[in-house]
Amino acid sequence: MKLQAKLYRAAVYAGAAFSVSVLVLIVGYILIKGMPHLSPELFAWAYNSTNVSMMPAIINTLLMTLLSLLVCVPLGIGAAIWLTEYAPRGSRLVKLVRMTAETLSGIPSIIYGLFGSLFFVVALKMGLSLLSGALTLSIMVLPTIMRTTEEALLAVPDSYREGSFGLGAGRLRTTLKVVLPSAIPGILSGVILAIGRIVGETAALIYTAGTVAKVPDTLLDSTRTLAVHMYTISTEGLYIDQSYATAVVLLVMVLLINSLSALIAKRVGGKHA
Amino acid sequence: MSKVNVLAAMRSGVSPTSASDCLQSPHAARARLKTGRWSIKENAARAVFTFTALVSILAVALICVFLFANGIPGMVKIGVWDFLSGEKWKPGQEVFGILPFIPGSVYVTAGALVVGVPAGLMTALFLSRFASKRMVKLLRPAVQLLAGIPSVVYGFFGLVVLVPLVRELFGGTGSSLLTASVLLGMMILPTIITVAESALNAVPAAYYEGALALGATHERSVFHVILPAAKSGVMAGIILGVGRAIGEATAVMMVAGNRTSMPKGLLKGVRTLTSNIVIEMGYATDLHREALIATAVVLFVFILLINVLTSILKRRSNG
Repeated sequence: MKLQAKLYRAAVYAGAAFSVSVLVLIVGYILIKGMPHLSPELFAWAYNSTNVSMMPAIINTLLMTLLSLLVCVPLGIGAAIWLTEYAPRGSRLVKLVRMTAETLSGIPSIIYGLFGSLFFVVALKMGLSLLSGALTLSIMVLPTIMRTTEEALLAVPDSYREGSFGLGAGRLRTTLKVVLPSAIPGILSGVILAIGRIVGETAALIYTAGTVAKVPDTLLDSTRTLAVHMYTISTEGLYIDQSYATAVVLLVMVLLINSLSALIAKRVGGKHA
Repeated sequence: MSKVNVLAAMRSGVSPTSASDCLQSPHAARARLKTGRWSIKENAARAVFTFTALVSILAVALICVFLFANGIPGMVKIGVWDFLSGEKWKPGQEVFGILPFIPGSVYVTAGALVVGVPAGLMTALFLSRFASKRMVKLLRPAVQLLAGIPSVVYGFFGLVVLVPLVRELFGGTGSSLLTASVLLGMMILPTIITVAESALNAVPAAYYEGALALGATHERSVFHVILPAAKSGVMAGIILGVGRAIGEATAVMMVAGNRTSMPKGLLKGVRTLTSNIVIEMGYATDLHREALIATAVVLFVFILLINVLTSILKRRSNG
């Protein structure tokens, strides 16, 4: 009896230790090997074959993130509002929307990339461009925004809505002025999750946004984000040191995004703690 | 207007100001006027929100149409059977058989499960039933960080650490089924941990207390009562992990060796459906390109099957 308990406990501790050491190993290794390679030249404005600067890629990552969010946040919030505030209960359309959103969240990024290159790049003639990439990513993160927003809206007590209706406000005003503001922290955490996915994405972007390492002049120019930049230089095999440095920058970005979301979660209250 | 009426009006989609009980009040005329003026705005808003909700349906439809329309003709040209059961992939000679990549994907995913499931499940048990509050506070962000690391960074880590390690320990080139499995196992850890932990946390406290009252130790209660009670949630986590592993392209491609022949052993290179697309899409034209899209169709069908399985499990755990 006692032995069995000990064995179980040992298994649990070993599993937890394994997970922690995986994280420490990856993050520690990348940081220790990468930090020394973070030279100022790697942040020069222009990229060329002698200096594979990551600055254009960093700017492109910001542009790509902004543009994708610009498309998917309104769509995702709108869809979530429809699901929670407008849709008739138990309608078949609701089920269909839920089912398709779930399907979208299970599709691997390479399939998004392929679809984006068939639809946006070729069929809509946008070419390998910032716009094609951003539209592809918007579809990819749409279910994330929808789900988190819906959860946030559902958490708003019905008494808020009743109070607003009681004061004579219509449905639209109630939704926009009463329900939505109290759901903002929840929505923000969804947006941050989406940012994390956009920043780390490679497979969906290589064949939609291309790999040109320049800040684009127009929406229709090809761009590479930092993750794609890292993919290209690390698979070329010539720039291992620079790859380490890029990995450090990517990790720091992820850390920032995660702490931002932790901060928001804390402000929402002790519900998740 | 009673609370029930307002709620009923809300649920049925009618603005409560236009519900009939309002019209019997002295302010009926004004109320009606107001609703009249609002209704254009209200209806426009309803239309906009409905449209945004339809986007995900539209997206899935477009993805299906474009993938199938571009992939099926190629598959037919090659011959569906030749394509699915051909053991040779030689784009230069227009020979396209994706049979080696299917076991490639399946083995790599199975290997990832062997590494990721025990560790992930144990970590979830630790977080849910063994760790102190302070430990949990420390570990949760760690798991989130693990989930947030981009797959290129995982791939790169595999390339510079795991590949040389496997080469040193077992010989061969190091880029192998084993390396890809271990790396993917690490990548699916956070998925399994998060989903399994919330399933474990959702088990009613009475189960645990009952087991203790019957004289079971803490460990025995956790493993023999709580874990079985959370079974379907844990399974859902594992299936999500399978989805992630089978769909991962970048990281696998960087460490798996990518040989196009049938997988020959743990230490030999393998190519998965996903990496086949990533590697060759850049320069493929004509039939080769169509064959790659057809590869994506096969992968897509796999993913749809996994989705169906997940939703069945979810329904069971809710019901």
